[in-house]
Amino acid sequence: MRALRSTTVAAVAVAATLTAVSGCAQKSDAKGADGKGVIEVTATDTGCEVSATSFPAGHVQFSVRNKGSKVTEVYVYAPGDRIVTERENIGPGTKAEITAEIKAGTYEVACKPGMKGDGIRQKVTASGKGAPAARDPRLDAAVAAYRKYVQEQADQTLPAARKFADAVKAGDVAAAQRTYALSRVGWERTEPVAESFGDIDPKVDVRADGLEDGQKWTGWHRLEKSLWEEKKISEDDKKLAAQLITDLEDWQKRVGTAEITPTSMANGAKELLDEVATGKVTGEEERYSHTDLLDFQANVEGAQHAYELLKPVAAKNDPALAKELDKQFAAIRAQLDKHRDSESADGFAAYDTVGKDARKELSDGVNALAEPLSKLAAAVATGK
Amino acid sequence: MTVDGTKNNGPADGTAGEDAPAATAGRDGGRVPSRRALLGWGGAGLALGAVAAGGTAVALRTGGDAAPAVADVSSAAVAFHGPHQAGIATAVQDRLHFAAFDVTIDDRDELIALLKEWTKAAARMTAGDAVGDGAVGGLAEAPPDDTGEALGLPPSRLTLTFGVGPTLFEKDGKDRFGIKDRRPEALVDLPQFPGDNLDRARSGGDLCVQACADDPQVAVHAIRNLARIGFGKVAIRWSQLGFGKTSSTTPDAQTPRNMFGFKDGTRNVSGDDTAALDRHVWVSAADGKADAKRGADWMAGGSYLVARRIRMHIETWDRTSLKEQEEIFGRDKGEGAPAGRKNERDTPHLPSMLPTAHVRLAHPDANGGVHILRRGYSFTDGTDGLGRLDAGLFFLAYQRDVRHGFVALQQKLARHDALNEYIQHVGSAVFAIPPGVRDSGDWWGRALFA
Repeated sequence: MRALRSTTVAAVAVAATLTAVSGCAQKSDAKGADGKGVIEVTATDTGCEVSATSFPAGHVQFSVRNKGSKVTEVYVYAPGDRIVTERENIGPGTKAEITAEIKAGTYEVACKPGMKGDGIRQKVTASGKGAPAARDPRLDAAVAAYRKYVQEQADQTLPAARKFADAVKAGDVAAAQRTYALSRVGWERTEPVAESFGDIDPKVDVRADGLEDGQKWTGWHRLEKSLWEEKKISEDDKKLAAQLITDLEDWQKRVGTAEITPTSMANGAKELLDEVATGKVTGEEERYSHTDLLDFQANVEGAQHAYELLKPVAAKNDPALAKELDKQFAAIRAQLDKHRDSESADGFAAYDTVGKDARKELSDGVNALAEPLSKLAAAVATGK
Repeated sequence: MTVDGTKNNGPADGTAGEDAPAATAGRDGGRVPSRRALLGWGGAGLALGAVAAGGTAVALRTGGDAAPAVADVSSAAVAFHGPHQAGIATAVQDRLHFAAFDVTIDDRDELIALLKEWTKAAARMTAGDAVGDGAVGGLAEAPPDDTGEALGLPPSRLTLTFGVGPTLFEKDGKDRFGIKDRRPEALVDLPQFPGDNLDRARSGGDLCVQACADDPQVAVHAIRNLARIGFGKVAIRWSQLGFGKTSSTTPDAQTPRNMFGFKDGTRNVSGDDTAALDRHVWVSAADGKADAKRGADWMAGGSYLVARRIRMHIETWDRTSLKEQEEIFGRDKGEGAPAGRKNERDTPHLPSMLPTAHVRLAHPDANGGVHILRRGYSFTDGTDGLGRLDAGLFFLAYQRDVRHGFVALQQKLARHDALNEYIQHVGSAVFAIPPGVRDSGDWWGRALFA
């Protein structure tokens, strides 16, 4: 967690640029792709037809008709697969209306018969002033792949978090201790994106020292304290466990709308290492459970994933940097491997058993990686 | 202090580097000095030819190409290039940041690349310039090359002195860089002295950089930026800030006092006494030859540095009577005169002192003429958790051969010095200080790796 610090992943993208307005249950009065901007979308099991592939920017209405045999869903994606708006559960033979404020630029409309996969896609263009400059398609692909990763991490976190919450609700301290750290991995891998929704992080990942006056302490670390320091589960803890799941579900639902750019990916990777440097190496993050090393690994994994996706461009613009990053990622992973403990629930030695010399070594490794990683954004943003 | 009164270095920095071509600046010259034509302190002026005229113009650091402002002489630049490294015979600056590094790689070429990059950055910083592409004005997406806290500050007589420790030659039985046979015999591992209570985390180091400046921010900036450049190749093992010089190499100036309140370094080697420097401080070509079976000829023009963190038991010292304090040192507290004499610089009469008096034991006359060049600083690192000042002397001494310098002296002091009741050595390191960087094509340690 990080208190009160802005991240480079912009806050709630939808609010910032594109306002999706749910067209729930609106009756279609489509007048074609006229000044009112109504676009007909015909979804089938094998196709996704749009009545116009270019239209003026502004208030746009998508009128969806599902002519297929499967339940479908329709998404409008901005470059990098950022969700502009979407509707799920459009049954065979039914219609749905979706409206959105759409800025000038290129988009994709995707129909997903069976509500699965990447969908059948159509490129569309909203014309008007202020269209963003075309970006390197490799970077768009990187952003799209990263967005997918972020969503996967959220999707995988929920079952693990439910296991943890169930143990808490059952009052089973031992089971809750075993599942605590594992429930945090997906979050720790993608934390900068999660933090871009300013309201979720303070609810689920705040530490005692990050609380503001009057703020109720909720989330993982409050439960951590109960489990390891107080060694008992109160009635309030059980409610907190349920609240944690609600808040994480909110994250899972919204994470796809985060604004992600190649630069924010690169800086997000660096921020994950910042997290390691300020919270994990010091043992502050998991001060009761001492499960810092699993968080550490998750932060590194998340940073490495973002880097690997940007690497095709970074390696071309700055080959020496890519070489150094490859080396340092491998080095830090090898260092972490030295602290594995197969007896432990989370696979790592408890951090309070890691001595001063070993911590210094880890700290040096983090510095060795984070310094070149801080140059990744520039290598992605500009060719040399 | 006057320019004349603090002239030092002798020929030490007497060779102008290629980085200082426009040696025409000076307040009498009526010309705006080039940022690189900064005046050296004392001997550096021999290179630049301006001190004789009393020129004292210096350039302030700027982020871009703004015209430099003019400041006073204590903020001038010390020449980086010369036959000996600056920061030894150089008139002692007011502040210190000393850092010892561990090398975390074992690739010789990578280490050499780092030393070249360090040398380049050091030359820039000592001239008052920012590192790399500067602290501002670069790519918005990238962190700046320079960290920026020295922007707008003058060079402040910053010197950066580089050294290599015994563990660079061999560590855990491994000759990581293929230089094991080049370790000078004079670079000994210091023996354990009676009373030593050394903290391993504050001792040793594969490399060291001594940053001295009249402005602490300039010294800290230098170490911070070198550490940053080094991430992934070197890691700071320990570092020490010093806030007040305890010795001077400028005998005409007032002798500074240590944390015990006594004048220190009265009989120090003077920075402009070239004969004494050659005899006691600089390694000669002949020394290198004598040491040559170990391939140590690369040290000619260099020196050896011993660094000791000496904690002082400040509170108990302060409860000691003036008489006892003066007897322990062998000098009076006010003037600094040797026991039984009147003035600080009167020749000491050693038999008038207690046999355990510090000055009597340490004086060259009692040690077969052994001289070391002391360049230490007082430190106070807050308190120790028991309400006592964590303070003392960060002792730095340069010598031609550690075996006949510090080791010989300390063997005696550790056993007999009355001061031992009030001090404890808690950190220790020894480094070989290579000769100076000759010009802009040269780099720290080149001769060692040649």
